[in-house]
Amino acid sequence: MATKLTPKELAKNVERLTPGHRLCAGCGASIIVRQMLAAIDEPVVIANATGCLEVATTIYPYTAWRVPWIHNAFENAASTISGVEAAYRSMVRQGKIPEQNIKFLAFGGDGGTYDIGLQALSGAVERGHQFLYVCYDNGAYMNTGIQRSSATPLGAHTTTSPAGKVVPGKQQHRKDLTAIMAAHNIPYVAQAAPSKWRDLMEKTRKAVNCGGAAFMNVLSSCNRGWRHNTDETIEITQLAVDCCYWPLFEVENGEWRLSYTPKEKRPVEDWLKRQGRFRHLFRPENRYLIDVMQKEVDRRWEHLLRLCGAA
Amino acid sequence: MAQLKGWKEIPIGGMILEAGNAVEYLTGGWRAFRPVRGEAACTHCFQCWLFCPDSCILVDAENEKMLGFNLEHCKGCGICAAVCPVNAQVRRKAEQELDRDDPRLCIRIIEEGQAEE
Amino acid sequence: MSTFEALAGNEAVATAMRQIDPDVVAAYPITPQTSTVQKFADFVADGLVTTEFVTVESEHSAMSACVGASAAGARVMTATAANGLALMWEIVYIAASSRLPIVMSLVNRALSGPINIHCDHSDVMGMRDAGWIILFSENGQEAYDNLIQAVRIAEHPDVLLPVAVCQDGFITSHGMERVEIYDDADVKAFVGSYQPQWSLLDLQNPMTYGPLDFYDYYYEHKRQQVAAMEKAPEVILAVAAAFNRQFNRDYGMFESYRLGDAEVAVVVANSAAGTAKVVVDQLREEGLKVGLLKPRVFRPFPAQEMSAALRHVKAVAVMDRAISFGAMNNAGPLFLEIAAALALHGERMPIADYVFGLGGRDILPGEIESVYRDMFRAAESGRVEQMVTYLSVRE
Repeated sequence: MATKLTPKELAKNVERLTPGHRLCAGCGASIIVRQMLAAIDEPVVIANATGCLEVATTIYPYTAWRVPWIHNAFENAASTISGVEAAYRSMVRQGKIPEQNIKFLAFGGDGGTYDIGLQALSGAVERGHQFLYVCYDNGAYMNTGIQRSSATPLGAHTTTSPAGKVVPGKQQHRKDLTAIMAAHNIPYVAQAAPSKWRDLMEKTRKAVNCGGAAFMNVLSSCNRGWRHNTDETIEITQLAVDCCYWPLFEVENGEWRLSYTPKEKRPVEDWLKRQGRFRHLFRPENRYLIDVMQKEVDRRWEHLLRLCGAA
Repeated sequence: MAQLKGWKEIPIGGMILEAGNAVEYLTGGWRAFRPVRGEAACTHCFQCWLFCPDSCILVDAENEKMLGFNLEHCKGCGICAAVCPVNAQVRRKAEQELDRDDPRLCIRIIEEGQAEE
Repeated sequence: MSTFEALAGNEAVATAMRQIDPDVVAAYPITPQTSTVQKFADFVADGLVTTEFVTVESEHSAMSACVGASAAGARVMTATAANGLALMWEIVYIAASSRLPIVMSLVNRALSGPINIHCDHSDVMGMRDAGWIILFSENGQEAYDNLIQAVRIAEHPDVLLPVAVCQDGFITSHGMERVEIYDDADVKAFVGSYQPQWSLLDLQNPMTYGPLDFYDYYYEHKRQQVAAMEKAPEVILAVAAAFNRQFNRDYGMFESYRLGDAEVAVVVANSAAGTAKVVVDQLREEGLKVGLLKPRVFRPFPAQEMSAALRHVKAVAVMDRAISFGAMNNAGPLFLEIAAALALHGERMPIADYVFGLGGRDILPGEIESVYRDMFRAAESGRVEQMVTYLSVRE
């Protein structure tokens, strides 16, 4: 029987990610990994794209993983895990190894997923490998020092979209990767956040049991890049959810479903003002960008409500 | 740092065969702040366990008790205190804004090196 | 029982893949390799293999999936050419440094640009430092034989390195030839079953593959790769001996053709060696003592053995189907290795390089004959007239 999704029950299982990894204090990525892996009772085998999570958890000769884990390169976590899964399926079918109900997972940051790894991800899910790809989206190339990615929000200061005298941070909105993955018509796609841990865990369970390729986009605060205190990770993540910058939803066999409606939809400004990467937007000459962002958040939220039949 | 090994003494291909040996690498020295369990009654809700990025909340899982912090590895981020529902309740009841090291809190955050009491 | 069939090189390779029946094949079509994956797809569709055929969306993903599958303990193969290999590049290195015994059929084709689909060796020459064992094949038979041997070489516990088996694009890959196809059961028995020492699917012993390796250990892991390369010749020769016992075909690190008493020699790999043999026979009829050295194992490079085999000749011409731009005298890579090998082993005969056949340009017997005649002049004068000649390029 599946472990009940309560912290006390989950804590009875073996911790799959050990302490001693070298992610920054207050990192969102390891919270996501811990919550998701705790939700899966079955054995897991993991592929990891190059990125913070990968480098910080496996600095030779140390590994923080108590489960089988492979890192290949930056852009190919999806194709790597597709090879692992194909090997498993082949050898089980031939009777060379026993069926063990292994759940295959890949973790990649937004750089490795939205950008350089998008092709490999698209190919792997189209082929229908049974695996869950998890994008921990912190909205920039944090591992190499906070460069912009296509997941970076409009106006955010990064080291390649700096807020300068003429250009006020990133000039484009975030790519809607979750919708792109939903357009692949794979059995399960979801957007989640660790602040809503039970939702994240339930989605994880659905994803690994969907019988095909699954994708989850999970918001992962990076206090170094977002510029907030280390203890504010969860609170600021939830603000992104409550202002509908990061709505929680799932697309199960093509059916869009809203997972969470904020009691009161907060202005996006409430989320922005808590992060140093948006500080320059509050200067009079840049404030219009907050309005532009609010409009885009509203437009996407309304669109999502229509897709979910909740408009 | 462990004694460095020669090329004949390590597995080929960069493989690491001791799963989870990162526990031997102590990250507690990174800490500028330290979590301390305060006087307020811990309800053993395990919220801190759920959100710790470093798997550093020590629990007696069988008896469902929160025991304390793994200070060999804890990096002092303070998330445990931020997500603690008892802390939230204490803050709501308090007349004024409470400091992170207020003794009324269930988990309080103090500067590393500062005495706990 | 073996049969003789009229097969193109790619069909022979696909047939070897059917007989080997790897657990996983991940490949992407590219000219002139395409008919290999097409033929193999037929085998999959007709249930003639148990392979999981991963039809990836790029060569980068092909090699990435091969790495994942091989780390999972599967026997894994792929096939590619030129730009496809170039797109794999990053992972080609990772496959070798992760010590994964992946076997690749490489159909040699010119690298862009300008884009060209025909044969030369610019693709394989780029991977020569990547840590793979590299075998050349003169014809479809050798491509078939080498691929079968490659499995055992790669998976040998003292080696555990990926192996690339080359054949010339179109010339060999699409040229129909008589190929002896061995009995399925004999091939299966020869390659045996793969018993991986480590597997990502070993849940009882969870392992970490591909960690971040700093200056404290990266160098040690590289040194281990050297050790594997050092062991490889012994294994390659042992596998060749077993192959000879089973299938009655003799392979070594290279082939010496009428070289024993030769006064001048040509060194040339892959299909052009077949043409060169015809020229050798013709010149021998004239009473000219000419010989040929045909490299088979390019990595690890058998420098000492090649030097010994060439020691007695008075002049050596190396024929290169690639240019190492900007290298010494803009020579070809094979020349650079052989010139270095001869010099370091104390051989001081004249040696010249002849670049030929780039982008599929034909190499004609008459041209090879002119190379031999140049070498007789060099042998007589004790020096080459030109260190590097670009054969049959228009001025």
